[in-house]
Amino acid sequence: MSRNTMADTMQGEPPAAGRARTGMRLPYTMQYDPGKKGAWWMPLASVAAALLLCALFLGASGMNPLEVYAKMARGAFGSSFGISETLVKAIPLLLCGLGVAAAYRISVWNIGAEGQLVVGAIAATAVTIYWPNLPGALYIPVMVAAGIAAGAVWGLFTAYPRTRFGVNELITSLMLNYVALLLLDYLVFGPWRDPAGFNFPGTPLFTPEQQLMTFGGTRLHYGLLFALIAAAIFSVFYSKTRWGYEMKLLGANPLAAKYAGISVNRHILLVMLVSGGLAGLAGMSEVSGVSHRLMYGISPGYGYTAIIVAWLAKLNPWGMLVTSVFVGGLIVGGYSVQTIGLPSSMSLMLQGAILLCLIGGEMLGKYKLVRRS
Amino acid sequence: MDFYVNLIIAAISSGTPLLFAVLGGILSERSGVIFLGAEGTMLIGAVVSCLTFVQTDSLALSIGAAVAAAGAAGLLHAFLCVTLKANQIVCGLALTLFGTGLSAYLGKPVAGQALAVSVPKLQLSWLEPVPFLGPILSNLDILVWFSFLLVVVLYVYMNKTSWGLHLRAVGDNPATSDAMGLSVAKLRYGHVMAGSMLMGLAGAYLIMVYSPNWMEGMTSGRGWIAIALVILAGWNPLYALGGAYLFGGLDALGFRMQLMDIGVPSYFLKMLPYLVTILVLILVGWRGRNKPSIEPKALGAPYVREQRF
Repeated sequence: MSRNTMADTMQGEPPAAGRARTGMRLPYTMQYDPGKKGAWWMPLASVAAALLLCALFLGASGMNPLEVYAKMARGAFGSSFGISETLVKAIPLLLCGLGVAAAYRISVWNIGAEGQLVVGAIAATAVTIYWPNLPGALYIPVMVAAGIAAGAVWGLFTAYPRTRFGVNELITSLMLNYVALLLLDYLVFGPWRDPAGFNFPGTPLFTPEQQLMTFGGTRLHYGLLFALIAAAIFSVFYSKTRWGYEMKLLGANPLAAKYAGISVNRHILLVMLVSGGLAGLAGMSEVSGVSHRLMYGISPGYGYTAIIVAWLAKLNPWGMLVTSVFVGGLIVGGYSVQTIGLPSSMSLMLQGAILLCLIGGEMLGKYKLVRRS
Repeated sequence: MDFYVNLIIAAISSGTPLLFAVLGGILSERSGVIFLGAEGTMLIGAVVSCLTFVQTDSLALSIGAAVAAAGAAGLLHAFLCVTLKANQIVCGLALTLFGTGLSAYLGKPVAGQALAVSVPKLQLSWLEPVPFLGPILSNLDILVWFSFLLVVVLYVYMNKTSWGLHLRAVGDNPATSDAMGLSVAKLRYGHVMAGSMLMGLAGAYLIMVYSPNWMEGMTSGRGWIAIALVILAGWNPLYALGGAYLFGGLDALGFRMQLMDIGVPSYFLKMLPYLVTILVLILVGWRGRNKPSIEPKALGAPYVREQRF
């Protein structure tokens, strides 16, 4: 990369544009240091800043922000029901978050987790519809396999044009979200609609063998184990395997990786398969563990929210255990403010603000205060 | 005949918000900053213009407010990406999430409420007798004419003026531009904000003309299609016109085929714009596989003075 050779060879006089700004000169200046690591408390500070920012909007529309936030916190973490609901939301967030984080680590911008989740849910449901007479014990494994496979194929639809024709994966993966959601609508309003469902846009309820077991009397289902296992594999994979090492190298310095003989395209295909597969698994666990049927609006945007989960944890799998629960709480809290007349999209606004503050704060952390010479 | 005239009018009306957003994207990307917040910015523009119209009944104020609000979003993006040198992709994603949430929150009180709004049409009575073209041209509102004007103005600006030269220089090689005394930061701030304002205008058009009642997420991916069209148009305002109307036409055609009940479920017709976007990008990629890329060379790379690679 010799993009900046001019700047490299320039010596002595700073450019005129830089000199033109005179006036008050403080004894300190901010210096940019791209290698500087952000502080550990930065994510916390970002969340606080985002809460403050949204409080301004809440205040402007005549609400008491403290009351709203307290209501959200109580709804999400204030009761055992709230906590189990929050954990239920954290499962798909963690699975999708691990998926997108794997891709982001090598700068593959998958924002198609939403669509990959939906096709995973569709495929798992297809198993129940087209194979109604499987032996009971086989259902869950077959549904898991179908969900993962469908999500992976959906991811491949994004990865293949990228590697073969250089098509921007951001746009493809996002366009495929809309396609998947329309496919879902078609199925649940059309051929798969439960004839005995009083026009409810959903398939018939799954039989008990087709449902994931739950813990005790709660709604918390065994999908939690999938998510935890996936997080463990993610972490071991990156620190212990050769592929993981190659991915790390690719993420840190794609050019060096290329010269070292690592095939970038092969890794893009691979990472999108994994990314899509994890989101597909999340879709399977949603239909089989939570709604027990495929229905309209199966995901409240888990695929997009997973981006926050991943970024807030700095793409670290163990960090994502924490952030997925936190963001799951935001979603549940969003539902609970509906009782005081606020839309549940409150939580989406907070999520966006958190991400904005986070990247702003992270970059601010790369500056250091130095004394002018 | 009438069918085609109406189809073309519908295609233009559906393509105009796309056109504004594509032109906005071109402005920003030509300066070297990827603006993926288009979807969120359009939504903010749409909801702000809707709310302003409900309060004031003034078309001009509504559009002005939308443009101003979108400009603020652009300022935020520029601050994060130019001053703080944040990752432009993540920043755009964050802006879209925030815009989607904020617009849904702000728009809740007016959701579903139909607006009694009509954007005036340019009076061209002398054109009406012309067959085919007459009825089309005399049915276009002033914002559409403004979009035509904008295409020409931006084309001339980028290719024939010294400012346009500066813009392209900053997008292709910020270090050299900096050495020549151009302010990389000022040029990027200016063009990112101008671009986001056009995206706000796109949102305002969507609510003022295309479907005059607010619904959560009413852009349904148009912002992202616009970003794809920036690539398709090769960062050239003239080609943006063709791309936007192609997609506007597809949208209008899908809607009409649904009314005609041709036996294909409407869900599949609604998939068309998204699938065609992917196909067209594949085609562009395949056609350009052996050619040097025409995208601005510094696109996506934050500029740090005297950075060594």
